[in-house]
Amino acid sequence: MAPLAAPELQIPGVEDVIADAARHNGSDPTKDHTMVINMGPQHPSTHGVLRLVLEIDGESVVALAPDIGYLHTGIEKTCEAKFYQQVVPLTDRIDYLSPMSNNLCYCLAVEKLLELEIPERAQYLRVLLNELTRIQSHLVWLGTHAMDIGALTVFLYCFREREEILRIFEGVAGQRMMTSYFRIGGVSLEPPTDFYERVRNFLKMMPEKIQQYENLLTGNPIWMGRLKGIGYLSAADAIALGVTGPPLRASGVDWDLRRDMPYSGYDKFQFKVPVSQEGDVWARYVVRMEEMHESVKIAQQALDGMPSGRIVADAPKIILPDREQMKTQMESLIHHFKIVTEGFGVPAGEVLQAIESPRGEMAYYVVSDGTAKPYRVHMRNPSFATLQALETMCKGRLLADVVAVIGSIDIVLGEIDR
Amino acid sequence: MYDPASAVRGTEAVFAAYPEVPAVVALKDLAIDAKYDRAELTITVARENLVAAGRAVQAAGYNFLEDVTAVDWYPSEPRFQITYHILSHSLKARIRLHVRLDSGDASVDTMTAVWPSANFYEREVFDLFGVHFGGHPNLRRIMMPEDWQGHPLRKDYPVEGYR
Repeated sequence: MAPLAAPELQIPGVEDVIADAARHNGSDPTKDHTMVINMGPQHPSTHGVLRLVLEIDGESVVALAPDIGYLHTGIEKTCEAKFYQQVVPLTDRIDYLSPMSNNLCYCLAVEKLLELEIPERAQYLRVLLNELTRIQSHLVWLGTHAMDIGALTVFLYCFREREEILRIFEGVAGQRMMTSYFRIGGVSLEPPTDFYERVRNFLKMMPEKIQQYENLLTGNPIWMGRLKGIGYLSAADAIALGVTGPPLRASGVDWDLRRDMPYSGYDKFQFKVPVSQEGDVWARYVVRMEEMHESVKIAQQALDGMPSGRIVADAPKIILPDREQMKTQMESLIHHFKIVTEGFGVPAGEVLQAIESPRGEMAYYVVSDGTAKPYRVHMRNPSFATLQALETMCKGRLLADVVAVIGSIDIVLGEIDR
Repeated sequence: MYDPASAVRGTEAVFAAYPEVPAVVALKDLAIDAKYDRAELTITVARENLVAAGRAVQAAGYNFLEDVTAVDWYPSEPRFQITYHILSHSLKARIRLHVRLDSGDASVDTMTAVWPSANFYEREVFDLFGVHFGGHPNLRRIMMPEDWQGHPLRKDYPVEGYR
């Protein structure tokens, strides 16, 4: 008996599938050819738990809708049940890649409510640590952004230098990431004796390292091909959609709160604000790389000009006394006891304090009703607003470019969801 | 330390003390209350004039809507205070607009026609406070799950135990 002939394999073409689907739901096969796909929340290139619902036509994006809230922990509500000084550790957890910026923004807001004068030394320390935070955050951005595009080496290089910053943080605060080092009225501790040496060494080495990353990426044809002309955002769109920080400056808007509305003594430092007119992913890359160089300069100035003196304001009813005083002086003991058990009252009113965080304009809106607990704390987070512009940047572009664009706006889901 | 006497309160007092501030000029006819406290200018407008006030300050150079949020003054009335922070890149200044809403009719017109960025901010206020924004293009919950009951940032929403 002759063996059975294998039946001829019939693979339906795409046209057949569309025509079949169209017959099934009674629509016109030539028009009904978009598809809705889901990206995230576990997708590695979404930098956390961002979920995107994309409508695609072949490879190009027709519509895009972010779905957020997976990390919502109700920090704003929790703040209302804490004393003013107890909110500081919560702020670390909002944007976990730039804890010092969050600490600073919150402390400045409460200090503005109290109209508290901060000693210059504390201001310099805050500026120095904030610039290190910016470098650290930009290193994570660069590493993950390059990894999304396929350049794995850069990631390891970036994390090597980031580790050094985290060690410096560990030295000053005892914690690598959730530092909670700043206090309302100053900073919590005098930095350790080897701190200045370590920072000096780090700042000496860093410009060379940034050059190394640039050697790996800037002239690389694959890197240029994936970044140039992708994710365009005009200056008018950026302002209309609430975009701030490096993406705004990459769209040609020359605006940096550190220079234009200085806080915490930033007016004493000389630095440039990098701006690019191109408005694409490449421009955001260039702006952030330049910013790292400028941050090194600011940190160097803060280190060189570090004044001596107190690290906290002279306000015994607000700032905890140091241990030695507390154990030897009755009055300090009473203040310590009162601050820990009852907190301190803050005069009624409302303030908004904005700072330039690594991701853009971070602002804390604090409302006081005169008691020791904030009546309302609201955070304006740069990532939350920047995410709105994602659709404008991705529409009409290829699906693969969405990954590059998400990397370029450098979002942190912790601060989007709060 | 802060001295409460340093604040300027009341529409006439603020408008007399800061007549040259562009926001004060723009909102001359719309303001129903004003305050200048801790170097920040706050102007309250009536609910029906909110979008007009937004357009007026935008024309006056306040080009960037920074934030929209709310404060729940439960149990006093008007219960909700919706706060708009608007920044000017050219003037390097900020203004805060307030709208006060009764709990019986907690709704206000959307600002999305003036600044598209109000979209997410207003969704957040809707989600967490239950304030309705008339004319909003996509007024859905944003932080909480779609089927969530209640609005967590309201002051009468419990922080512990069962709901």
